[in-house]
Formats: sequence, structure tokens, C-alpha cells
Amino acid sequence: MSGLEFLLAGTLAASLPLLLAALGEMVVEKTGLLNLGLEGMMAIGAAIAFICVFHTGSHVLGFAAAALISTVIAMLFAILVIGVKANEVAAGLAIGVLGLGLSALFGKSYESRTISGLPKIDIPILSDVPLIGPTLLTQDIVVWLAVLGTMALWWVLNRTKLGLIIAAVGENADAARSIGYPVVLIRMCAVAFGGAMCGLAGAYASTVYTPLWADGMIAGRGWIALALVVFGTWQTGRVAFGALLFGILSLGELTAQAMGVGLPSQVLSSLPYLVTILMLVVISRRRSCPTLPP
Amino acid sequence: MKLRLIRRDSASRIAMFTAPVLALVLTCLASLILFAALGKDAGAALHALLLKPFLSWYSFSEVLLKMAPLLLIAQGLAIGFRANVFNIGAEGQFIVGALCASALPVYYPDGDFPMMLPAMIAFGALGGTVYALIAAALRTRFGASEILVTLMLALIAVQILNYLLLGPWKDPRGFNFPQTVMFPDNAMLPILFDGTRTNISLLFALLASVFAYLMMQHHFRGYQLRTAGLAPRAALYAGFSAPRMVWLGLGLGGLAAGIAGASEVAGPLGQLQRSVTSGYGYAAIIVAYVGGLNPLGIIASSFLISVIYIGGDSATVSAGLPVAAVEVFQGLLLFFYLLTFTLIRFRIEFDRKVPA
Repeated sequence: MSGLEFLLAGTLAASLPLLLAALGEMVVEKTGLLNLGLEGMMAIGAAIAFICVFHTGSHVLGFAAAALISTVIAMLFAILVIGVKANEVAAGLAIGVLGLGLSALFGKSYESRTISGLPKIDIPILSDVPLIGPTLLTQDIVVWLAVLGTMALWWVLNRTKLGLIIAAVGENADAARSIGYPVVLIRMCAVAFGGAMCGLAGAYASTVYTPLWADGMIAGRGWIALALVVFGTWQTGRVAFGALLFGILSLGELTAQAMGVGLPSQVLSSLPYLVTILMLVVISRRRSCPTLPP
Repeated sequence: MKLRLIRRDSASRIAMFTAPVLALVLTCLASLILFAALGKDAGAALHALLLKPFLSWYSFSEVLLKMAPLLLIAQGLAIGFRANVFNIGAEGQFIVGALCASALPVYYPDGDFPMMLPAMIAFGALGGTVYALIAAALRTRFGASEILVTLMLALIAVQILNYLLLGPWKDPRGFNFPQTVMFPDNAMLPILFDGTRTNISLLFALLASVFAYLMMQHHFRGYQLRTAGLAPRAALYAGFSAPRMVWLGLGLGGLAAGIAGASEVAGPLGQLQRSVTSGYGYAAIIVAYVGGLNPLGIIASSFLISVIYIGGDSATVSAGLPVAAVEVFQGLLLFFYLLTFTLIRFRIEFDRKVPA
């Protein structure tokens, strides 16, 4: 398999955890909150999903359990920030640390165990396309579901009343409240959604992408997802595009080889962060984002 | 009937002490339940976490060793936090401080000039400050959120560290381990108590606490910073320069983290190695908040978190707990603190529908 073929085959799967977590966080931030706990929510989701699949053999159960546990952790954030109006930066860190710690605690006895991942699906006709057929277009079921889910999210946010309400809550909570929108409920649901998406992202990472559990296996992907939301300027399509881009970068040295550049892999690993800082500068100059302090 | 949270005009003093204590009690209860659910000996775990560190002079001295960087960084961060300047990337400034300090012994491993150690600390302080000020520049010039910029810079710092340790700074005789040469004796901080590893960085941290106390409670600049945090508009009308608060808040945080980073390589590590990224920068945020962002409270909270670190080490042996238990404990502590903190800032009022 050539470097290019490897990238074509691997990018979607590598991007998926980033995409799911970032889309969840995007919705949270659209309602005017900032949850910094992505890394922890992904980690606990990954651990629980692995344990569940290890014992039951069912990926469906694994994904469901991961979404559930990460939603519970996200609700702790909601209690602090929405419930008692605690500082959201501190609250995000609290659940982030908690999630990371719990993942290591629960996952401890499962280290170096393995499970089987999910099969890649051969779709007739599509998989016969030269070059991209057997690589880009041969993916597991979760990838295809995520593609559909991303489109659905775009539709909800841009073409439905719910999308408008979410935007209204984020842009001006007081105004939204005064015309009768349930601000607290919308935010609660957004935080729960963000948690569930992080759980799914973690589950994909630990039970499909690399079907094993190792402490610290999320390895900064939560932070990249957080960066991704800024990179995608809170728009579904751009976040998805950014996820692909950051996914390629995360393949690191393989990408470097494929592109034939002799850069140290650390430069490639830093690129998402550097680009995000650049994006922050560019965006903040043009308009102030609803979620972040000016 | 509805519950409502009403902001108090002034924080009640008793609540200020009860909130952290209550948070600690709740954290202990929650972890007891959690450890028991995992089939561990919960009593032994809690005993190891909270009491073992006090049972021998050596382990107590290790607590003081851990306390130095946490206290130092947290004091710096709290100054910014009180002005609503959220430096989340102290970990990055800590790493850059460690890098800058290490440059000297790495390039002059036999340099026996007497100024080696002071120069290292100065380099570390400068490096940490400059790294934090990048975020201040982007915030004041372009309005870029310092929360995300400092965080991204922290992640970049880890990559710089990896690059140096795997490449140009790797000890040629280090069996390919990602670490630099061991530092010479004159690059090491003096030990405070014989037979322990506690070094004079603890004094730096205590000095920083005195400085933070005097500045925040008794100096006009501290008043400006606090006003900027509590009532940004009032600060604006009073003519306090908002950009200056950002520069000051981030700069002091970076300075403290940089010195802490330098002290780490010139202290317990004795070389630059990967384990310098042990998360002090993030733990210090927890320390700062649990200490109520108050210079005196932070001394207490940094001590508590250090006890838990050292206790966590012994709990791995005596109760079979993974090291991650410490993280769980820290996370729970911050969670419960933020929850009980409500008692200070708000009082709960019941809205009753009054019959018309």
C-alpha cells in the first residue's frame, strides 16, 4: 500500500473521533457556553465502551454505554455552570480531570486486552471505483453513520427552528429568555449532546479505530477537537472539513512521508494548534464570537 | 414554588472557610464509595491518601517538595483569574521555563561559572513570561481568547519539548532515552533540609505568596485587578486600563510558572526529561480555585493537593489504587468546591406565588 493509498484509507477513521467531539462541542458553544472537559469525557467514554465491548461483544452496547457515561459527566458540568453559575473554565477542567482519572481507574484491569474492531463494508459499485474505491470508500459502518449524522446536524442547525433557537440562546440569552425560549433547557440539552458526542468519539477510538485500551489513549484528541471548533468557525461544514485536515495531520509521520517533506513529526503535530491560534486572531479581528469573552 | 439563587452583597466569612472543608469531606465520601465499588480497601486508600504523608519525616518533606511548584504557579495564576484573565496554559509556560533554564547546562555541561544557577532561574522566568505574553499580545491586539491561546501554546510547548529531547538535546550517552545530560552540581538548587529533596524553591513559592498577598490585598494595582474581575465596567469607568490587566495577569502567571519550571529541572529532576510535563500547570489551576483565589487560601490548598499527590503514591502500594486515583480525587475536589462555593456567593431564596 502506497503512502497515498494509506492516507486515503485511514484519514476518515482518524478524523472521526475529532469530528464527533468537535461537533458536540460546537453545539455547546453555539448556546453560549464553553466546556473544556472534552478530553476527559472522551477518555471515560473510551474506557467504558472498551469494557462493555470486552464483556458483551456488542459494539452497539459499547457506544450506547459510552454516550451515557459521558453525558452523566457532562451533566456535572451543567450542574456547576448552569445550575450554580460556577466559573465555566474551572468547571470544564474539573470534569476533564475527573473523566481522565475515572477512565484510568476503571480501565486499569483492562490494559493490554484486545477486542475485535468493526469490519469495513464493501459497498457494491462504490468499492470498484479505482484508487478511492478500495480505500476512501471502504469504511466501517460508524464512518457512514457519522457522515449522515453530520449532514443531519447541519440541517437541524441551519434549516430548522430549533437551530434558530440555539443560535438565539447563544447570541443573546437575555433576549431569548424574554421572548419565551427555555434558555436553561436548551443549554442543558446542548451540554448533554456535547457529552454524548464525546462519548461516541471515545468509543470509536477505543473499540474501532484502535481496538484496545491504554491509559492516556485519547492522547490530546479532546484538545484538538476543541481547537477544531474555532478552526471551523462554529459551522458544521467547516468543522467537518477541519476534522479531515487535522485527521490527516494526526497520521503524523506517515503524512510527512506521503507528502515527501522532511519535517520533524512534532512540527506536524503542532500544526493544528498553530493554525487554531492563527484562526483565533483572524476571527476575533473580524467579529466577536458569541461564546468567548472579547 | 421556585428556587432562586440571589447573589450576596458580601461573601460570608464563615462560608469562606466552610466551603473548602465541606468540599473536602464530600470528596472523601465520594471517593470512599468509588473505591469500595471498585473492590478496593477504601479505608486503607483514604488512610494512605490523607494520613500516610504525615507519618514519616521523609514523606512529609516530599509533600513540601511537591508543594513548591504548585504554590508558586497557583499564586501567579490566581492574580490573573481574579481579573478574569484565564491563563489555562501554565503547563506550557512551566515547560518553556524548564527548557530555557536547561539550555545553559545543556550547552555548558562543564561550565563551572558561579552564576549558573541564578542565570538558569532568570532564563526560566523570562521564558515563561514571554510565552504567556504571546497570549496577552494576541488578546489585547486582536481580541483572541486567552483561554484557547494559552491552551494551544501549552500543547505546542509539549511538542517543542519532544523535539528537543528526541533530537538536538538528547544525551549522547543516555542510551537513547529522551532526556538531556545530568546537570552539574552548580546547576542544582540548594537543598533546604539535609537528607531530603526539598529545595529552596519552596522559599520562592512562599515569597511569591507574600508578594501576592501584599499586592492583591494592600496595593492599588491589586485593587484594580480585583475590580476588573468583579465589575469590568466599573473598572473601565474608573479609567483602569483593561489591556494592562491582561498583560499583568498573564505576565505574572507566566513568570511564576517559568520559575517553577526552572526549579523543577534544577531540583528533583536534575535534567530535562519528559516527565517535566507532569501536569503541575493544570493541577495549579485546581489549587488556585480550591484556595478561593486568595493568597492565604492557596497556601492551604497547595498543601492539601501535595499531600494527596504523595498519599496517592503510597496508596498504589498499600491499597492497590492506580495513580489515577489522585486525578479522580482532584477532579472531585474541584467539582465539590465549585458546588459548595455557591454557599458563599449566593443565598437560596424560595419564590412563592403570592395570591393576588
